[in-house]
Amino acid sequence: MKRVSILPGLLLAACGLLLMILGILRGEAGAVFEKAVRICLECIGIG
Amino acid sequence: MDKKEKKRHLIQAAWALLTNSYLIGFFRGRIYTGPLKNLCVPGLNCYSCPGALGSCPIGAFQAVIGSARYKAALYVSGFLIFIGALTGRFVCGFLCPFGLIQELLHKIPFPKKLRTFRGDRLLRKFKYAVFLVLALLLPMFVTDFLGQGSPWFCKVLCPAGTLEGGIPLVLLNQGLRGALGFLYAWKMGILIAILFLSVIIFRPFCKYLCPLGAVYSVFNPVAVFRYRLDQSKCVDCGACKNVCQMGLDPVKELNRAECIHCSRCKNACPTGAIRKGIRS
Repeated sequence: MKRVSILPGLLLAACGLLLMILGILRGEAGAVFEKAVRICLECIGIG
Repeated sequence: MDKKEKKRHLIQAAWALLTNSYLIGFFRGRIYTGPLKNLCVPGLNCYSCPGALGSCPIGAFQAVIGSARYKAALYVSGFLIFIGALTGRFVCGFLCPFGLIQELLHKIPFPKKLRTFRGDRLLRKFKYAVFLVLALLLPMFVTDFLGQGSPWFCKVLCPAGTLEGGIPLVLLNQGLRGALGFLYAWKMGILIAILFLSVIIFRPFCKYLCPLGAVYSVFNPVAVFRYRLDQSKCVDCGACKNVCQMGLDPVKELNRAECIHCSRCKNACPTGAIRKGIRS
């Protein structure tokens, strides 16, 4: 079987994790929360 | 339906139920407002669905890049990269509630099911344009006087929002019923068209329109969890190609962008040449 490296995937996943942490430190999770706890009128076809 | 396919549908259904288990919301016409909404779910699942416990990553992405304060969505982009790099489109095949709905509709008998058609492959590129224009550029650059952008994909296209949020909330909430207009009719039209097309074509929304599938598809070739083909075991029987409902030939196109990791090819292989996992 042809050997396939999982390293690129792991490196990308680590970058993703780092971005997530940076985003959380910037308070973006709060922005997501604010949007998600109110009925999104655009999403349901009203706004 | 074979046992493994049934098992996959059970996983899809269990995940849909788990991530939409605020059941009281369906009776009260309200949505969940607890701390889990800080987190994104991996699949396309409207956060305005009365049962939704988490946030839709595409909705959340547009909310952050469209906000005057942030403009760059590091948290949600990181989440998408993290999930994509680990699993590729495994989420599409196993963890997306709207994917499950389309698959179940496709089981309804119809005189002529379309596996492919002229322009099919080209049309599949359209989902990248949907992501770029409706989920990225318009929310980022078309803003109001406060610098706030709209979630354009959710607003003009997303059928999951209409089905999971729009219909139950409008049925349960008189105030919302009074506010219905052209946009609701437009989105209902899109939803009905996609649901009807799902009977004829396998997962039409996933193939041609889904921005989340477009993002995950980029990671398919390098994802940690992906298919491996043992060429020495492959007898070129074509069984995998025959069962692939995304229209791929797994021997030549293993882990291509269109693969949703449903495992049908792996299950159909008579020699066990296709394996799934992280080991070479």
